[in-house]
Formats: sequence, C-alpha cells, structure tokens
Amino acid sequence: MAQALIDLIKRQFPSAVLETHSQHGDDTLVLNALAWKSVAEFLFSSPDAAMNMLVDLTVVDYADREPRFEVVAHLLSLSLGHRLRLKARVGNPEGEGAAIASLTEIWASANWAEREAFDMFGVTFIGHPDLRRILMYPEFEGHPLRRDYPADKIQPLIPYLEIPGIEKVAPFGRDEGMSFGRQVHARWAEDPDDPRAN
Amino acid sequence: MGELKRSTQVIEAGEGAAFATTKLESMLAWAQKYSLFMYPFVTACCGMEFMSVSSPRYDFSRFGSEAPRFSPRQSDLLWVVGTITQRQAPILKRIYEQMAEPKWVLAFGTCASCGGFYDNYACVAGVDKIIPCDVYVPGCPPRPEGVLDGLMLLQDKIQSGDRRPSIVKPRHDPAVDQGLGLIDLKRAVKA
Amino acid sequence: MEPIDVEISEAELELPEEPMLLNVGPSHPAMHGTVRCVMELSGELIHRVDVQVGYLHRGFEKMCERGTWAQVFPYVDRCNYVSPMLNNVGFALACEKMLGIEVPERCQWYRMALGELARISDHLTCDGAMAMELGAFTPFLWMIKGREMIWDIMEEETGARLTHSFGRVGGMAAPPTKGFKEQSLAVVEHILSIVSEVEKLMFGNRIFLDRLEDVGVISGENAISLGWTGPCLRASGVAYDVRKAAPYLKYDEVEFDVPVGEKGDCLDRFIIRLEELKQSVRIIRQSLARMADSGPINVVDPRVMLPPKEEVYNTIEGTIQHFKIVMEGLKIPAGEVYSYTEAGNGELGFYLVSDGSGTPYRVRIRPPCYYITGGLEHVITGQMMADVVPCFGSLNMIGGECDR
Repeated sequence: MAQALIDLIKRQFPSAVLETHSQHGDDTLVLNALAWKSVAEFLFSSPDAAMNMLVDLTVVDYADREPRFEVVAHLLSLSLGHRLRLKARVGNPEGEGAAIASLTEIWASANWAEREAFDMFGVTFIGHPDLRRILMYPEFEGHPLRRDYPADKIQPLIPYLEIPGIEKVAPFGRDEGMSFGRQVHARWAEDPDDPRAN
Repeated sequence: MGELKRSTQVIEAGEGAAFATTKLESMLAWAQKYSLFMYPFVTACCGMEFMSVSSPRYDFSRFGSEAPRFSPRQSDLLWVVGTITQRQAPILKRIYEQMAEPKWVLAFGTCASCGGFYDNYACVAGVDKIIPCDVYVPGCPPRPEGVLDGLMLLQDKIQSGDRRPSIVKPRHDPAVDQGLGLIDLKRAVKA
Repeated sequence: MEPIDVEISEAELELPEEPMLLNVGPSHPAMHGTVRCVMELSGELIHRVDVQVGYLHRGFEKMCERGTWAQVFPYVDRCNYVSPMLNNVGFALACEKMLGIEVPERCQWYRMALGELARISDHLTCDGAMAMELGAFTPFLWMIKGREMIWDIMEEETGARLTHSFGRVGGMAAPPTKGFKEQSLAVVEHILSIVSEVEKLMFGNRIFLDRLEDVGVISGENAISLGWTGPCLRASGVAYDVRKAAPYLKYDEVEFDVPVGEKGDCLDRFIIRLEELKQSVRIIRQSLARMADSGPINVVDPRVMLPPKEEVYNTIEGTIQHFKIVMEGLKIPAGEVYSYTEAGNGELGFYLVSDGSGTPYRVRIRPPCYYITGGLEHVITGQMMADVVPCFGSLNMIGGECDR
C-alpha cells in the first residue's frame, strides 16, 4: 500500500523525491525542501493518499551535517489507514537560513507544531500566520533544543542579587526569610555591618 | 498546643470559676495555625498528590487548612506544588508579593524545594531562589503522610514564632537514633 | 434605603466599542495552573482568544539527550502524570521496536492490565476535576476515592503511588505480585459502582447538563485537521482508536468496543470518558484471566537485560555485562522509529533517533495534549466566558505532557 503511494509520488514529483527508505515499517520520503508544500498538498487532496491528519511535525538537529536540520512530519490517513513520514533538510551548519514552507493552510495542527519547531530549533516556516515562541518566554535568546545550546544555561526572568563574593543570592532580604542552603553557611547574615547582609 | 500551654496560667477564682491568662502573641499564633487559608499554586505532577491530600482519605481539613482561596489577598499559606519554570517565576513572585502578612510558604515536592532532576535551561532550582520558603517537603511526589507532616511542622513553627526554614524529616531515622552509620546498622540487623 | 439618584447621560451607559481584554491564568483554578488565555470579550462573548502554553516547559527532550535510554523512563513518567504507566509502556514499546524484540506473553498481559488501570485513573481524574470546576464537588471526592484504590494497586506492584518508572526495555521491573489479580478484580468492581453512582448524580442534574450540552462543539472534520486523537476525537464521531487501528501488545485478542460520540460537545467528551472506563474494565478482566500465574516476565537478551545478581557477584562475565549496561547504557541500533500507542488522551507517539550509542540522539514525544490544547482556541471562540471552564476541563489538558 505504502509502496504504491511512494511510487505515485515519485511519478508525480520526479525531481522532488531525493531518497526513500523504510525502517521498522515506517515509510519515509526525503523531499527537496522547495517541494515540501506541494507534495503535502498533493498527499492531502489526492484520493489515493487522503492524508487527512498531520500527526506530528518536528525537527532533528544534525549539528555536523550540511544541511543541518531535518524537518520531519508524520502523516496519517484515517480513512485508508496508512502512514507516511516526510523529511526535508534545511539550514547551514551555523544554523542560519533554515526556512521551509508552512503547512498551516493544509492542516490546522501544523500551527502549533511549527511554532514549537521554530521556538526550539529556530527553523522559520514561511507563510505561517503567527510565528512566535510558544514554549519559551519571548525574552529567551537562542533555541534550546539545538545541539550547541548548553542544557543547563538558564536565562532567568528573576535574576539573583549581585553581591560581590557570593554567588546566587536569592532576591529577597533576610528580614523576609532565608533559603535553606544559606542558613548554615552565611555567617555574614548575622553581622549588621556586613554589606552583604543587605 | 505547644507554646500556648506553656505561656498560659489558669487562676482559680473560687466556687468552680476560673480564668486564664496568656500572652497575646501565643493566642494569636494559636489562632493562626489552625486557620490557614491556603493558596494552592499547583503546576505539575505534585498536583495529583495535592488532590489526594485534600480528598477524604487523607483530608488535610482536619488540620484547619481547609479553605482554598484563589486570591492571594485572602490567603496566608502559599502551597507551591510542582515545578516552577523560569517562565512561571515572575508570576509566583508576584503572587507572593500580593499576599498580606503574616504569610508562609510551603514547598511541596522536590521540584519546588530544590529543582529536582530538572537541572536545565527551563526550570528554577527551587522556589527559595525567588521567594522565601518556610517548610520543604521532599519527595517526587511526596506521600500524603509526608505532606501532613510538613503541615504540622509549619503549625509548630507558627506557634513558636520560628521563621527559619526547615525540612520535613523522616519519622524514623535509625541512623540518627542509634548513632550508627547505615552500614553499621545493616550489620547490626544481620547479626 | 433611598434610591441612588444620579443623572447619567445616555452616552455614558453605552458599552465601550473596543473589545475588553481579559487575562485568565496562568495561576487560575480553572486553568490547571499552566495555561494562560488572553481573551477579547464583547459582553460575555469571546471574540478572539490567544491560548498561551509553555508555563510548564521543563526541557524533557533536551534532558533525554543527556542520559542513557533507560534514564528516559523517569521523564516519560512525569510527562503525563495522571497515567504514567501508559507512557512507560509506550516508551518501552518504542525501544523494543527498534531492537526488534518482543516481550514474553505474560508481560504483555501484565502491561495491558496495568495500562488500563492507569487509563481508568486518568479518566476518573479528568471527569472528577471537570465536575469539580463546575461546582459539583461530590463526584470529585468519589472519583478520587476510586483513584486511590487504583493507586493502592500501583503501590503494591511498583512501590510508588504515582511516578513508578516501572517499565523496562524488554520487560517490567518486577513480576506481578501474588495478590494482583484478586485485588484488581475487586477494585474494578468497586470502580464500576462509583461510576454508576456518579452517573445517577450527574445525569439527572439539569444545571450540569445545561452547562455541558451544545457547548464547545467541534466537528469531526475540524478535530482531525487539528490533530486531535483519543477521547476528544471520538466524542466528535470519529472512531479512531490506536488499540483497534494498529493493535499493539495483545489488544487484537481482547474484546472491547470503541465508544463514539455524536455531537462533539463537552457532554459527549464527559460521557465518552465514563464509557471508556467501562471498556477498560472489560479489558482488565480479560487480560487477568489470560495472564499466566508463572513464567518469565523479561526477555532473555544480554544486550538489554541486566543479569541476575548472583551472576554479577560471582562471574566475571556477569560483572562486565552489568557494568556495560549500567555505565554505557543499553545500545540501540542506529536508525529511527515512530512508535505510537493509545495513552489517556490519545495517540502518544515516540519518534526516536538513535546513533547506535547508549545515549538517545533525539527523543521526540508526540504529546496528544499539545494538539488538543492547540484546538482550544477553535472550541471556545464564540462561546460565553463561563463556558471556558467546561470546555477546558473536558479537553483534559495535562501540563507536563502539553509543555514537556
């Protein structure tokens, strides 16, 4: 079934399909990024494919490859019961120029999926009606799921107090309370003349 | 009753009548500790245990902390239940600031206490990096019994006027009780 | 009291023409603490709404790339924290698909029984919380009572009430306990009586029905386009259930029905969950009847399973094998897989990419909630402000799963 579908797409878009493979029963089409939307449109509207649900859309970051990002979409046809995975590769090793057409006009679920992909990886979806961050806050810089973003690099909205000599002092005075970790060690807190005792 | 009992004096006035004197602070603290109006700041997994604690089997209303108030201005105990992310942090701080004194904060679960295993770009390593915290309840999520222990610990602290942060300890810590290390203890059990 | 006699000119009485902006959440009792809705109201009608999620984004997918494959289990546990067992099993199945192994029959029945118990607790929590948010506190207390019983079984089996981390690649952490069958059968009986009590209480209540009927309607076509799966999609009349469409474990060998709604409103979603719960009870009874009382629970495969402790302590091969699996993690052959199961909220997919090492290259969790919450905007636009609460409650948004 799925093989017939792959052949159909190969016939319909001879230059768009870069490679196909099937692993663990998942049929995969690797597409030219420029043909992303037209193939998706065909899969949606053709009665032989009838892919009426975009199950998932995500990105995988292969930091050492060129093109760097792989946009992966999983499609499902509820009426015919088959699935297909679409892939397209975009972006240079610096992570710039990663752009691909948006699928929001075809499937409504692409809206949030693409916003998440943009938020997490910085892949731009051309034609998306509302492309802004969804999981991270607007002040966040960078894209956390990229391989080169350090996992523990925080960008706090409520910063620590800046007191020379001491790290990570919580932003409240000692008259309000004290964090547990500071309780034992912070002898300076007892001394009213010490500048650190705010 | 704790502190209240110690500062109270009953004076017999004859013919079965009597009156008692106590300190005003003790009396107020006694009233406060049995009428905690709580603000449940529920975000994550611990919320499921929070439901259990409030449901009939564990029922924390027994401790006078029945009424949930979803307005910070009417509440005096802030339950921080679940992971606080960097995005959520300003909201938590704002809610804490809106609460009127006296106010207490209870960190429910490991994430609220110290961040748990979310040592990453998105999470705050414990609410005490943002707001002062009175009682920490460990566990991922804590068992309801542990939460009730935490609540009683807070009541004791309210009564004694102690604002130092403290952690709910295991009820029986054999290593502490008997002056034995855990390895020694295992040997002792075997022998 | 004297009437207040104030002269108000006609113009002042008119409502302002620009719509009123109202911010609900993220710390709002009806928003489960993690969603913020900015609504444009005209009177009480919602014109436009911006649903903002992400207040519980905890970086699961990034953290999964830092540990071994087995260390992913605690994270998937905390993904959907109402039914962690289903997530555990889902992830284990995805890894097993990549390794090409199948767990013993006894384990499959065990996974099914535990999974369906978790589904019951999920649906009980969802419906209970939804009823509570609408002011019906009693059913909430009853349903939580039922959930406690299931958690007692879970505690007996796994040692934890909520976050079990009980699944393993190639089996489960421990075989079923002796009293598991008996206890489960007794509990599901009790659950059914709770459900019938709740039905009697709720479906004779005019206020409750009026607040749910024809509220938050979504057509099957729109739901499919939005990527909805699970009870919410079935409430809209689309009979898609992964357990039927692509059976995994032993779901093709048990008898159960897929309840389907008609209108796709909040009441349908409420009823579908109660009906599914009864189907789960059917599945549990069949699984327990067919689960053997003895036999292996884990695969015999030195690539993935830890050797028994006697071998670890007494033979050098056992020690090395133990060391390799613990320190380097079990190796999963390079490649990619998309494995999907039916979780409490719908299709839970795992798109795994392995580079052949002991650490996942990419773990993508396809959260059913995320897409369902993505449809919230379509559901509540045009509704009244008060309808937001039942609509949101009926979608069963789980913060951990939605934001990961």
